Amino acid sequence: MEIDPDDLFRDDEDDPDNELFQERESTKELVVYLVDASPKMFTTTCPAGDRKDDTHFHVAVSCIAQSLKTQIINNSYDEVAICFFNTREKRNLQDLNGVYVFNVADREYLDRPTARLIKEIDNIEESFMSKIGSQYGIVSGSRENSLYNVLWVAQALLRKGSAKTADKRVLLFTNEDDPFGSIKGVIKTDMMRTTLQRTRDAQDLGISIELLPLSRPDSDFNVSTFYSDLLGLKGDDLARFMPAAGEKLEDMKDQLRKRMFKKRLVRKITFSIANGLSIQLSSYALIRPTLPGAITWLDSVTNRPLKTERSFICADTGALVQGSAKRFQPYKTENIKFSVEELSEIKRFSTGHLRLLGFKPLNCLKEFHNLRPSTFVFPTDEELIGSTCIFIALHRSMLRLKRFAVAFYGSSSRPQLVALVAQDEIISAGGQVEPPGMHMIYLPYSEDIRNTEELHTGSNVAPPHANDDQTRSAAALIKRFDLKDFSVFQFANPALQRHYAVLQALALEEDEIPEIKDETVPDEEGMSRPAFVSALEEFKQSVYGDNYEEENDAVGNGKASETSKKRKAVSENAVKESGNYDWVDLADNGKLKDLTVTQLKYYLTANNLPLAGKKEALISRILTHMGK
Amino acid sequence: MARNKDAMVLLIDVSPSMHKALPEIEKVCSMLAEKKLIYSKYDEVAVVLFGTEETENELTKEVGGYEHVVVLQNIKVVDGQLVETLQQLPRGTRDGDFLDAIIVGMDMLIKKYGETYKGKKRLCLLTNAQFPIKYPLEGTKEDQVSTIAEHMNTHGMRMESIVVRGSLTGEANKSVMDENDNLLGIFSKKTCAKLVHVESPTSLLGALRTRKISPVTIFRGDLELSPKMKIKVWVYKKTSEEKFPTLKKYSDKAPPTDKFATHEVKVDFEYKSVEDPSKVVPPDQRIKGYRYGPQVIPISSAEWDAVKFKPEKGVKLLGFSDAKNIMRHYYMKDVNVFIPEPGNTRAILAVSALARAMQDMNKVAILRCVWRQGQGNVVVGVLTPNVSDNDNIPDSFYFNVLPFAEDVREFQFPSFNNFPASWQPNEQQQEAADDFVRMFDLAPPGKEEALPPGLTPNPVLERFYRHLELKSRHPDAAVPPLDETLRMITEPDKELLSQNGSVLDVFRSRFEVKENPKLKKSSRRFLRDKPTGSNEGHADISDEPNSSEYTSAVKVEKVGDATPVQDFEAMINRRDSPQWVGKAIKDMKNKIHDLVEDSYEGDNYPKALECLIALRKGCILEQEPKQFNDFLRTLCIFCQEKALSSFCEFLASKELTLISKTEAIDSEVTDDEAKNFLVKSEPKME
Repeated sequence: MEIDPDDLFRDDEDDPDNELFQERESTKELVVYLVDASPKMFTTTCPAGDRKDDTHFHVAVSCIAQSLKTQIINNSYDEVAICFFNTREKRNLQDLNGVYVFNVADREYLDRPTARLIKEIDNIEESFMSKIGSQYGIVSGSRENSLYNVLWVAQALLRKGSAKTADKRVLLFTNEDDPFGSIKGVIKTDMMRTTLQRTRDAQDLGISIELLPLSRPDSDFNVSTFYSDLLGLKGDDLARFMPAAGEKLEDMKDQLRKRMFKKRLVRKITFSIANGLSIQLSSYALIRPTLPGAITWLDSVTNRPLKTERSFICADTGALVQGSAKRFQPYKTENIKFSVEELSEIKRFSTGHLRLLGFKPLNCLKEFHNLRPSTFVFPTDEELIGSTCIFIALHRSMLRLKRFAVAFYGSSSRPQLVALVAQDEIISAGGQVEPPGMHMIYLPYSEDIRNTEELHTGSNVAPPHANDDQTRSAAALIKRFDLKDFSVFQFANPALQRHYAVLQALALEEDEIPEIKDETVPDEEGMSRPAFVSALEEFKQSVYGDNYEEENDAVGNGKASETSKKRKAVSENAVKESGNYDWVDLADNGKLKDLTVTQLKYYLTANNLPLAGKKEALISRILTHMGK
Repeated sequence: MARNKDAMVLLIDVSPSMHKALPEIEKVCSMLAEKKLIYSKYDEVAVVLFGTEETENELTKEVGGYEHVVVLQNIKVVDGQLVETLQQLPRGTRDGDFLDAIIVGMDMLIKKYGETYKGKKRLCLLTNAQFPIKYPLEGTKEDQVSTIAEHMNTHGMRMESIVVRGSLTGEANKSVMDENDNLLGIFSKKTCAKLVHVESPTSLLGALRTRKISPVTIFRGDLELSPKMKIKVWVYKKTSEEKFPTLKKYSDKAPPTDKFATHEVKVDFEYKSVEDPSKVVPPDQRIKGYRYGPQVIPISSAEWDAVKFKPEKGVKLLGFSDAKNIMRHYYMKDVNVFIPEPGNTRAILAVSALARAMQDMNKVAILRCVWRQGQGNVVVGVLTPNVSDNDNIPDSFYFNVLPFAEDVREFQFPSFNNFPASWQPNEQQQEAADDFVRMFDLAPPGKEEALPPGLTPNPVLERFYRHLELKSRHPDAAVPPLDETLRMITEPDKELLSQNGSVLDVFRSRFEVKENPKLKKSSRRFLRDKPTGSNEGHADISDEPNSSEYTSAVKVEKVGDATPVQDFEAMINRRDSPQWVGKAIKDMKNKIHDLVEDSYEGDNYPKALECLIALRKGCILEQEPKQFNDFLRTLCIFCQEKALSSFCEFLASKELTLISKTEAIDSEVTDDEAKNFLVKSEPKME
């Protein structure tokens, strides 16, 4: 059996990332966005809070731009194409009317998003009317069918890639629930039939077609008029399709954004409950840190990528070592050797299984019982029929009894105890906020927990605890400074935004790097409100007393002066000591190495040089400083 | 090195009432020594036993008294011999007096190091504190303990007491235990002493810190409520994963005669151009490139430094929010703790007031943190109050990192209510689930919580250090099996299972799980193997072939040759069809028959007996006593006919009997009849 040593010695922390990486490689997604560009998309607006109203076209395009940005940040290999239909101009390989495939230079129609594509799609509204134009594609008297055409174009684009390795999707944005409303009679039924047939064909080829309907404020988008047939929605599905589309634009955007991403499975887990009863779960990584992409080394002359070659060299003989299968740990007086197989054996406990150990009340899960981002689990009946039913029953009981499950998860990198916390579904106007299921929280072992709170005990005076008055003034402050509706999604990562803004500017060879607003800085304006200021003053008074300001300064100054005095004394001493040596002579005769590190540091301190490093480094620093 | 050198005295109670807990104490103490050998090999350790028959300590020679305290090992640097000593602690015969032991331990530390020693001095007491300590010559026991505690303080010693209780020790006088708990409590109030009570062997293994980690602050400075109001805080790690040791690669190139060989392997990186693999590009000709979509954008470090995001150091409050807005599963990383600057009364008060108010109002604080200057990013996180119930410990906050918008993937999942009716649990099923969740309880009221993270050791590390120690003695030692006590962490507690047998059975019987018949066998295997990765290909086979849990997953359909007992048990436990019980019994009978018939000079007898015992157990459980009784009778007749009566004798010697009425109500066999069945059959042969 092949064992990859790197896999075994992989740092546990990058395990979740690695899972994601593998999955990304194996399935890539090909998406064609179809955007209705009929005049109706430009005339219908929806109220957008305090700002001016936005058109449906704008909503659709900004959602696409947003998802492209996310894609490029996630370094994904997914490919996209953007097609407008009901346009004046046409651009497509089939030369069909009313369909315009949007693209930029150096890029195929269906390809990975580039910096330029994002920039141009961001600004498309300015030039859309002049360059592409909008007109109804399906009108009585002509036999043109722009919907049919665009589906054909999409299908042709998606011919790329095999169905096994790629997920093929078509996402259709429109606010017209009855595209053939303007025509009548045989022509209408004929057009509907051919359009439906076109969809069926596409679906048979493994392409999934999804509709992202935009509702008008006056009348809801009626799916059953036409699109339910196109999407094959029936009964319950139909009722579920439009979950209370929001009145507000923000809600609509929210909903579109959520539906644009397809969920990706990390792995399937067998969850054994008791006495041989097992069910199956799928796990998903809903929350993982997004990091700037990895570095690729380039040749600075040619800007061509470099290949990294790693070789192992024996430290004793300098010979090349081929894939060493042994590891060692110095212990007592010798080196204890372990084979890779032994190490994997040590870590192996019921691999891949999740084993229920029991339940505990929720208050046993402390705030500090956390090590890594959680994993979401959802039942699946794919292999074991009945899993979902058991899961739902346990889920309800756990919610009702306010308990969580403790289980042992035999993952290969770190077998660990986990808490399974049931999460009820939360729905807002913008759609699902929290999906129903359980979150697997990785619990620390006793070795991982530190009793830092107790570190500084032992002085004879017991530390004071706040009295009721002080607590009350703190409570008043808290009330004044409440972030209503705080949600963890509200801050964009400023470093990441900056990173990609820089990259985008460089990629497009722009001179200016756009300023990124750091959303995480405190709200200065809110803090200067008189009500807040007075609550703060009161709290300060209550815990710090009157003469806080002066004392604080005094303490600060005292400390600073003390340390600076000390520093000054040290450097003075160094200058004095340094004067006792003839440094030039020592350096010339190579005698610096005979001095101790302390002696060498006199010179460095006297000349304000850094003191860090090994003896050799110190010597070379001295020599450099003397200009030798 | 000397600065980091710690001294530790282990005070171990070996009195008879502790004997049950001693195996675990041996394990945890030897692990402590093993870790010291790797991570802090200059530390010094002494071992003092109390409750021994003998007396052997300096104090008894100098001033008398202090009986039944033995210094097993004087203070010395850790070595392999210490590990061995700790693995085989002698058992004592007397009741232990823990205070005597504490004084002996303190005396050793004082004599050895005096007052000038800079390193840490620790006492570690392991006892059940079941026996009263002696009355002092003057004053009360409390006074005496207080005096000792003050002494401990002046000498800068810390003490850790682990008191073993519950199932680990026998019955004891409650008033004595309370008195002792009270006395030990004085230590933790007056000094830097920690007191832990443990009730299960698993928590005993987790109670002792086996590795010393010197805490380092991540941040010292102001927690800024606003530019005008700041609180001085220190931030430490609260949790941090103790990693599996990183082992070095071993090189066997050095000749065996080379005594000074390091056997280390160095890793060398070379960067070569893709077009011309023979050309090595020197470091100064390399430039970093970042991916942006399909493009790779070159940017030098200097350029990057000029444009990158550079937040200012500081910890700032963004505001407060309702605790329910921050879901538990948003916590991203290991946890930090914010403690007020030690000795700064105002900071302690301010933190305390905020923490208490937050706790009362069920609020949390949202912070923006930049721990150090030059940090590449900001951290947004949530502060939750940690109000201390110990007067000695100031209130503090826990800090958890929250995700940014980019880190959250908003996948949509179907609502449970939208699932088909067949997937919805009915009322009975829901009731069974409620009972199951309620009864299968790890934290029953009035008892110690089972498997609390703070007292649950990492079984992987334990296994590694044990293997390391074994290998240091026998280089070819095999990987030891998982420690029995630690098995409790990976498997459900058998006791808990049997206590709730009926609840479990009801739960099991109300739900049905079956394999999806539409999936082909091959694809099922595929799905199962794929996620676990290449190195676990054989895991499924080695993974506990004995547990019925495993076999049921594969769905045994016949009693095979390799593991008939397990197969039989798995089959009889199958709930997807009632016919399996009948088939299992029938198959098992045939199997036993074959085994007996094919045996040569009785070589199969033990195996046949195992099968018979399993069959007997199964028949009792399934209320099929007649099946077994009839079979055993026929088998005996068969044996007598075929001149295999030695098997009957073998059975009689192992006291295998018919199933009697008392064991299974349906049986027609009385107790006596059952007992005499095989005994009677013997004389017939003569």
